[in-house]
Amino acid sequence: MEYIIIIISAIFVNNIVLAQFLGICPFVGVSNKISTSLGMGGAVLFVMTLATIVTWLIQTYILSAFGIQFLQTIAFILVIAALVQMVEIILKKVSPGLYQALGVFLPLITTNCAVLGVAILTIQKDYNLMEGVVFAIANAGGFALAMWIFAGIREHLELMEVPPIMRGVPIALVVAGILALAFMGFTGIV
Amino acid sequence: MNKNLQTLTRGFLKENPVFVLLLGLCPTLGVTTSAINGLGMGLATTFVLVMANLVVSLIKNFIPDKVRIPSFIVIIASFVTIVELVMQGYAPALFEQLGLFIPLIVVNCIVLGRAEAFASKNTIGASLLDGLGMGLGFAFALTILGAVREFLGSGAIFSIKIIPGDLMLVFVLAPGAFIALAYLIAISKKINKTK
Repeated sequence: MEYIIIIISAIFVNNIVLAQFLGICPFVGVSNKISTSLGMGGAVLFVMTLATIVTWLIQTYILSAFGIQFLQTIAFILVIAALVQMVEIILKKVSPGLYQALGVFLPLITTNCAVLGVAILTIQKDYNLMEGVVFAIANAGGFALAMWIFAGIREHLELMEVPPIMRGVPIALVVAGILALAFMGFTGIV
Repeated sequence: MNKNLQTLTRGFLKENPVFVLLLGLCPTLGVTTSAINGLGMGLATTFVLVMANLVVSLIKNFIPDKVRIPSFIVIIASFVTIVELVMQGYAPALFEQLGLFIPLIVVNCIVLGRAEAFASKNTIGASLLDGLGMGLGFAFALTILGAVREFLGSGAIFSIKIIPGDLMLVFVLAPGAFIALAYLIAISKKINKTK
């Protein structure tokens, strides 16, 4: 039951993109097509889950154990950057198919604040490892869902006549605003 | 002198990191529920930008090219940690408000972007000015967005009540952030075009 609450809250109520404003850059940047948006969603799911596990272990067994929590920011960003590199290298060798699908998105993820954000949130919320993993997967799911809906709308938007000054990013942000409004309807169900 | 002035001022309108370059949108949308939050976040980012630019341009000749990006990230993360600790100590209320977005300055594309694109190639003085200009441009954008949202949402700017009562509360909430930023970007496009 606890896990279900975490999942619903992360995907719908506190959607990572539309309510918490994490991962906006890829959300606006690579959401022109449904296929690329799903690829990005998959890559984020992969890295976010791994990163949350690794940073949770580091926080618990190194930072907290030695009382050096103030190094959290430095430690986490380095771990995430190294992890992304490692995942890229391993994927290339082990599963070229998956690398083909996710490859281009992997380097972008290091500077995706959603990954670092979820890692820090997991610590702040005092989750245990299992809850942290569920939280990370649910958040990645929320990210993918928001990307997917957004990309679908943007594909249709290409055919619309938008006033020249609003073309491109401004109209995309208005769409995101309306989408966020829709997601606000979930407030209070958990 | 003229060139230095240009380095300093181009961050405001012509190359504004938020309105024109569209960098660092996460904190831009996340913290600008009021003008004061926007300003606080902007100044914190400015500090990190200036110091990171300074240190990067100081040691640019000693860093091997291959480990350039990781070393920049460590430098940036160190200054973010300093900001975090100082803010926690001296401005706990603001720290509470900005919350998660303070450690997230590390992954703000502007900071790494300027270190890589400008500070690693230019002199110390120019890098300092560039960091200051870009940082203040960022702070400027965040303050404006914060002020617009605060005004439309609660009829106040910097917590000073101008119109009594609540206005459109949605602007303080998440959807208003996207919509307000959309129109500000459109307006800045218009201004830059006519110039």
